[in-house]
Amino acid sequence: MTIFTKMSRVIAVLALGLFAVIAQPQAAQAQDIINPTAESVTEDALMEALNGDAQVQGRVSIPDDLSSGLIKPANRGWADTHGGPVRTVNLIAVVGMIVLLVAFYAIRGKIRIDSGPSSERIQRFSATERFAHWLMAVSFIVLALTGLNLVFGRAVILPVFGEGVFGTLSAWGKVAHNYMGFAFMLGLILSFVYWIAHNIPDKVDMHWLSKGGGLFVKGVHPPAKKFNAGQKGIFWSVTLGGAALSFTGVMLLFPELAGGEAGWQLYQVIHGVVAAILTAIVIAHIYIGSVGMEGAYDAMGSGEVDLNWAKEHHSLWVEEVQGKSSDGTGDGSSRPGTQPAE
Amino acid sequence: MARMKFLCDADRCIECNACVTACKNEHEVPWGINRRRVVTINDGLPGERSVSMACMHCTDAPCAAVCPVDCFYTTEDAVVLHSKDTCIGCGYCFYACPFGAPQYPRVGNFGTRGKMDKCTYCAGGPEADMTEAEYVKYGSNRLAEGKLPLCAEMCSTKSLLAGDGDIIADIYRERVVTRGYGSGAWGWRSAYGETVSV
Repeated sequence: MTIFTKMSRVIAVLALGLFAVIAQPQAAQAQDIINPTAESVTEDALMEALNGDAQVQGRVSIPDDLSSGLIKPANRGWADTHGGPVRTVNLIAVVGMIVLLVAFYAIRGKIRIDSGPSSERIQRFSATERFAHWLMAVSFIVLALTGLNLVFGRAVILPVFGEGVFGTLSAWGKVAHNYMGFAFMLGLILSFVYWIAHNIPDKVDMHWLSKGGGLFVKGVHPPAKKFNAGQKGIFWSVTLGGAALSFTGVMLLFPELAGGEAGWQLYQVIHGVVAAILTAIVIAHIYIGSVGMEGAYDAMGSGEVDLNWAKEHHSLWVEEVQGKSSDGTGDGSSRPGTQPAE
Repeated sequence: MARMKFLCDADRCIECNACVTACKNEHEVPWGINRRRVVTINDGLPGERSVSMACMHCTDAPCAAVCPVDCFYTTEDAVVLHSKDTCIGCGYCFYACPFGAPQYPRVGNFGTRGKMDKCTYCAGGPEADMTEAEYVKYGSNRLAEGKLPLCAEMCSTKSLLAGDGDIIADIYRERVVTRGYGSGAWGWRSAYGETVSV
C-alpha cells in the first residue's frame, strides 16, 4: 500500500465523518417522518385477517384479473376434501353397494315369479317411456364410469394400463362426461314428465314398505300400483339427485357462473358426493332390474311383462289396466310382492 | 439433494416485473400465460408491498393430490413438475393451488382449457433433459445446466431468491436482522407448512 492510497483513505474517512456530522440533524428529522416498517403490510397480518377463507388480494399489471389473488390458503382445504373425504365417500358408496348386492344375491338368490311364467303378456312401458329411460340410462352409465375414472382411475387404471393409455382414455372420458351430461338432462326431464303422476307417495307405499317390499321373504307380495315404493324411491333419487348433478355440473362447465373459486369448489364437492350416492342407488336398480329378478328386465326391454309377474309385483296396476275394480287398495294382490324394478 | 424453494423478500421488490418478462422470454411461454406475476398489496397506500409469485413447489403439493390423471411428480430437488402428455386440462389443479400457479392456454367453458402450464423452476419436464421436445413443452432446463431459475438470478434487487430452502431462509433472516424489518416469507406457510422465523 502506497502512502498515497493511505492518505486518500484518511481524507475519505474525514470527509465522510464531516458529512455525517452536518447531515445528522436532518437525518434524524427524516427518520421521524419516514419509517419503512411502520405501516408496511406483512404476510402474518394479512393471513390473520383472512380468517382462513378467501385470498390475499392485490393488483397486477398484467391484463388478467384472475392472477391478482396472491395467496389462497383455502384452496388447500378443497384439495384435501377432494383427495380425502370425497374419495372415501365414493369408495364406500360404490364398493359397499356392490358388496351388499353380492351378499343379497348369495342369501336371497334370484327372485323368481312365484306362480311361474304365464303365457300372457301385458304392456308396461310405451316406446317413448323406454326411450326416456334408456337415454338417461346410457348417458348415466357413461357419466358414472368417466366420473369414477376421475376419482379412482389413477389408483386403478393407471397402474394397469400405463400413462399413455390412461391419459388418452381420461381425455376422451372428460369430453364424453362434458357432453353426455346434456343427454342425461334431457332424459331426466322426459322421465320426470312421463312418470311424475305415478310417483306421488300414498298409503299403499306405507304398506309396501312395512312389508319390506316382499324383498326379503319368498312369496310375500305387498300390493302396488304402477310403481311401488321402492321404484318411487328410485324415481325421486334420480330426479332430485339428477337435478343436483345437472345444476352443479353446469356450474362446473361454466366456471364464470359458479361465483368464484369458492363457489366452484363447493359445487364440485356436492357433485362428487351426490354422484357417489346416486351411482350406488343406480347399481342396486340395475341389479334388481336384471339379474336380481326374473321378468323385471322385460318392462324396459320389450316393454311387455309377464302377466303373473305383473300380478305379483303391481297388482293394483294390473287391475287398473285390465279394467277391473281399481278402487280397492289392498285386496287385489294375488300375493304380496318383491320389489320389481326396471 | 437440496430442497428447492422460492422466497420473495417483498421489502426489496420494486415491482419492475423483470422476473415476469425474463420467465416469458426464457421459456417462450405462449401469449396469455404468465408463469410468474408480481402482485402489489395495498397498492398506492403507505406500506404497499409487491410480491413476485409463481408455483412455490409445495410440500405435499395439493395440485398433485387432486389431479385425476396423476400427472404431477416431485423431483429429487423437491421441484413439482407435470407431464403435459398426460394432462387432460380439467382445471382441478387451478382450484387446488394456493398461489394461482396453473395456467391454461385457453379460458373456455366445457373444460376446453388445453394442457396446463406452470412454473417448472426452470427444470423442464419428464422428457430427457435439454432436448428440443422438452423445450417446446416446458421451456428451458436451467437446473440441468447447473443454474438456478432465471427470474431469481436476474432479479435486480435480489428480492426474489431461489435455491435450497435452508440457505435462502438464512439469507432472508440475516437481512431482516440487519435492516430491522421484514414483511414475511410470503406464501411459505401455505406452501411448506412453515415460515422463516427471525
